[in-house]
Amino acid sequence: MSDSTTNRRVRTHVTCTVNGDEVDFLASDDTSLLDALRDELGLTGAKEGCGTGDCGACTVLVDGRINCSCLIFAPEAEGSDIVTVEGIAEGDQLHALQQTFLEGAALQCGICTPGFLVSAKALLDQNPDPTETEIRYALAGNLCRCTGYDKIVRSVQEAAVQLRGASR
Amino acid sequence: MTVTEDRPAYKWVGTRPIRHDGYDKVVGKARFAADLNLPGQLHGVFLRSPHGHARIVSIDTSAAEAMPGVKAVVTGDDFPELAAGDPERDTAINLMARGVVLYVGHALAAVAASTRAEALAAAAAIEVEYDLLPVILSLDESIADGAPLVNEDNRTAFSGSDEPSNLASVTPLERGDVDAAFEAADLVIEREFETSWVHQGYIEPHACVVDVGADGKADIWASSQGHFRVRSQTAAVLGWDTARIKVTPAEIGGGFGGKTTIYLEPVAARLSEKSGRPVKIVMTRDEVLRATGPAPGSKARIRIGATSDGELTAIEGWIGYVVGCVNNMAGFIGAMSVASYKFPNLKLEAVGVLTNTPASAAYRAPSAPQAAFAIESVIDEIAQTLGLDPIDVRLKNAVVEGDPTAMGMPHPRIGFVECLEAIRDSDHYGSPVPEGAARGIGTGFWFNIGEQSSATVNLNEDGTATVITGSPDIGGSRASMALMAAEELGIDVHRITPVVADTESVGFTDVTEGSRATFATGMAVVNACRELVDELKARAATIMGVDSEAVDWIDGAAVAEEHDPLPLDAITAKAKGTGGPLTVTASLNAGGAGPSFAVHCCDVAVDEETGQVTVLRYTTAQDAGTAIHPSYVEGQMQGGTVQGIGWALNEEYVYGEDGTMLNASFLDYRVPVASDLPMIETIIVEVPNPAHPYGVRGVGETGIVPPMSTIANAVNRATGLRISALPMSPPAILAALNER
Amino acid sequence: MRYAAPATVDEARALLSDNPGSQVFAGATDLVPQMRSGRPAPSVLVDLKRIERLTAVTHEDGQWTIGAATPAADLTRDAVFTAAFPGLSEGAGLIGSDQIQNRSSLGGNLANASPAADSVPALIANAGQAVIATADGTRTVPASEIVTGPGSTSLAEGEFIVEFTLADPPAGTGDAYLRMIPRTEMDIAIVGAAVRVTVDGDSISDAIVVLGAVAPTAVVVPDAAAALVGASVAGGSIDQSALTALAEAASAACDPIDDKRGTIVYRRQVAGVLAKRAAVIAVERAQNGV
Repeated sequence: MSDSTTNRRVRTHVTCTVNGDEVDFLASDDTSLLDALRDELGLTGAKEGCGTGDCGACTVLVDGRINCSCLIFAPEAEGSDIVTVEGIAEGDQLHALQQTFLEGAALQCGICTPGFLVSAKALLDQNPDPTETEIRYALAGNLCRCTGYDKIVRSVQEAAVQLRGASR
Repeated sequence: MTVTEDRPAYKWVGTRPIRHDGYDKVVGKARFAADLNLPGQLHGVFLRSPHGHARIVSIDTSAAEAMPGVKAVVTGDDFPELAAGDPERDTAINLMARGVVLYVGHALAAVAASTRAEALAAAAAIEVEYDLLPVILSLDESIADGAPLVNEDNRTAFSGSDEPSNLASVTPLERGDVDAAFEAADLVIEREFETSWVHQGYIEPHACVVDVGADGKADIWASSQGHFRVRSQTAAVLGWDTARIKVTPAEIGGGFGGKTTIYLEPVAARLSEKSGRPVKIVMTRDEVLRATGPAPGSKARIRIGATSDGELTAIEGWIGYVVGCVNNMAGFIGAMSVASYKFPNLKLEAVGVLTNTPASAAYRAPSAPQAAFAIESVIDEIAQTLGLDPIDVRLKNAVVEGDPTAMGMPHPRIGFVECLEAIRDSDHYGSPVPEGAARGIGTGFWFNIGEQSSATVNLNEDGTATVITGSPDIGGSRASMALMAAEELGIDVHRITPVVADTESVGFTDVTEGSRATFATGMAVVNACRELVDELKARAATIMGVDSEAVDWIDGAAVAEEHDPLPLDAITAKAKGTGGPLTVTASLNAGGAGPSFAVHCCDVAVDEETGQVTVLRYTTAQDAGTAIHPSYVEGQMQGGTVQGIGWALNEEYVYGEDGTMLNASFLDYRVPVASDLPMIETIIVEVPNPAHPYGVRGVGETGIVPPMSTIANAVNRATGLRISALPMSPPAILAALNER
Repeated sequence: MRYAAPATVDEARALLSDNPGSQVFAGATDLVPQMRSGRPAPSVLVDLKRIERLTAVTHEDGQWTIGAATPAADLTRDAVFTAAFPGLSEGAGLIGSDQIQNRSSLGGNLANASPAADSVPALIANAGQAVIATADGTRTVPASEIVTGPGSTSLAEGEFIVEFTLADPPAGTGDAYLRMIPRTEMDIAIVGAAVRVTVDGDSISDAIVVLGAVAPTAVVVPDAAAALVGASVAGGSIDQSALTALAEAASAACDPIDDKRGTIVYRRQVAGVLAKRAAVIAVERAQNGV
């Protein structure tokens, strides 16, 4: 555990649900939810690419909605239900998006992948049959510098087809 | 779609298995450098210069050292001064200023404290007295007569002069007689071009964790394209023996050339040494944009002569690369990027020019995009002026095997013509241009490099294999290594685990750059596997009781007449009794990296009231030699293309007069977002590279070379404007339209 | 820095008055980047989202009341709201990415006082009123009077916006907001234009034109509105001379700056273009609904 836990600033005890489990942690009030997830809870799937809400690498679901966890102060998470990339598979069963990202080579370096998966899951939860344009706009808050987005968009399209088939 | 020349039928090479490191990356388990924390770890931050150029009169760190949580402070005085001419002298100067700061953002001190907040507070408490010096921000200012020096330490490379200079290098190239050729030409077009600095824009900021023990040994976890270079550069900057340093490569969150040099590790090492604690340093995005390498901006003047039927007879040009505050080879490399056409007469000068801006770094095909933008624009104008098809003109002049490169050496077997034909015959080029849109063509290439690689292949007791290399995987190369090993050994690709090992666990391997990993490291893997197969045959011969000459290796099994085939796992199971572990290491300095050419085609629409350019359709054809894993070849083509589209349309550095970068965020440094783009259609052309066992050509870099000219040429056909400056942002296009 | 999440307006009011240097926030989508680039941290961060009234959206007796901290996404997903104020919904839907729109709010977008705020021109065009919590009560002012310059507002120390009220638009009214950004998403507007028109028969009977990012604050352009009022919209197309006059008036009203995002010349020219385009959409909506 790093020394950030011995911070002398005001620290708040936060209780919330993360990936289905009730958790609690102490965080100084100016800590971002992203840093709390990574440093206090050890969930390093969400990444910091910019710290200003411009790249989406830190995207998590908060009460079912995508958010840049770098813009949320940790104490704001009190009582909320948070899902990170570590929580989108069902046990050993990868989410359809995780599987289509793998099969469709939708990741190269992989640093943006957690954010894309969470954003894409939120999209498909809300809109099971998005057009290519809808997918592109829904993912516009997530930057990828490796793929040119082509294989990401195709993998989301493929996952949408699979999920619609599964729910039929 | 793939265009394939005759080649052997492969079982694994050319298939698309799920990458071996993929699972970890979709479940959030993959460990990037910033994901690592060590017990007792401190957080390091930099103090960076607010001035574009200044002498450091004094640095007072005493207040900072007394602040809560602070465990160590370092400045330039904590690092040895490297001798003039030392290859890492500029690296050392760039990562920690000595006496002079050379750009806004130049690091001049660093603090390690218990928390990042404490470290930041302490850094702010360091008192520095500066004596301001003139700030040079543009190429024109830098090369003007009597210009102040950007960096007194700089000497012009290869010049033999010991005089300080603002020139990094001057590279002249000449063949034939350009004056006579222009005299005889039916058409001569001369244009000037300018491009902005652009950043590689990897999503992962630079990060490292360094732990220096009381025994003086350093453990480094780094995000890098080459951990052996991290080791050698860190050793050089600190004046340490290489053997004191172990570098473990973390997963790397994008590099594109920008992580081929170091910014953090020696500083973290010194802070760790002083504090006796592990030190983690993670850059902010702001720091990444202000203080790590952009690709150079450029200015070019290009003159090309042609006959009336489109034969290109001469090229004369000058191209200046704005390399930033320290020397690099951009100009030298840029001069070589002019080798796509035969040009019997050629006279070029490429120059690297220093400015008080961050030291530029490699970025996919470094220096080639700037040159290609200029040359491909002029060639397009020639085709247009002569009323010729832009692909026909290029086909007429395209270099083929044996034609000279810019440097004069003959090209090996290359696939430029095949790429031109692939676009000419594509669905895209054959389709009518959409209403209100226009179509452009552009081309580019990159040499690729070989260099040194090592690989160890271990066969395990159960017949699985571990393939260990020293090439950080920046785009799927582990999967390619496993595929080549599967092909050689004849076992399932998923029975192979490809590993990127630390500097103590695998032989020396050069940086993942120059599109060399799948080519050169792949060759080391193939060589190791071939030696293993020989050994397997010998072991099988022992088991079967036949002469080893009588054994063949077919489809993963030893085969000898009058014996049942002996599969690999049957041999590994008996390794102990037949001579011990089955393991081979191969190392090489690879030659023969084959150049990769690409031809791009795009349709754009231009909103003439706002100046906005929209890319409607985009197709790229590129020669991969042989695509080991086609999905990741396509990924390299698509990723490079989209970076080029960003370079063409919106990416730029905006500096204030004092040298402060004004757009140092992903909000204002505008890399393309998903909604800006169409699908990027790919045509993998396969003209096998004769120097590689599977015909591989590196594909990582070429994709970024053609987009700027491709889009500019399309914009020209849409508007009649010949855009000569990048980026073609809406304000720039509208200003040009207003002048039309 | 301390975080506080009051449950009532009164609690928030007390926190602000007891703690000099405190700061309200809803989404912090501007605050966090500002703090990262060196803005001093507030003494107390007062989170307004836990106050029910500040995230409530109601529609009663011909009036909409929108909590100032309501996430933009709540508005863009509200079909009834979007049908009533399509231009304002568009503006709210352009504040950053989907991630940002789950945090950003009309109150934050306005009080941050950026000239380029995407929801502000249409809020003003629809005569939005801001209900402000003062030290001892509330006061209501037109939303157009909140921002006084880049980064500065007419809100006194300790005051914060509680909610906005908007009257149902008259029959035959339509609005639209367009902005110019170099990419298709994730940028700050270089120019923004909101137009609201009311159509009576074959002509425009009322209009308001508000520009963003072309002056220190969003600007209402009466001359541009005047160019539209009375213009024929017979057959669904606006009289060309009126559109030309609209564009000229819009361009003339600009008082822009050259900065990293755009030039004076560009902003002035494109303001006219966007005003025209927004007017065409607004008229189409006035005649045919959304």
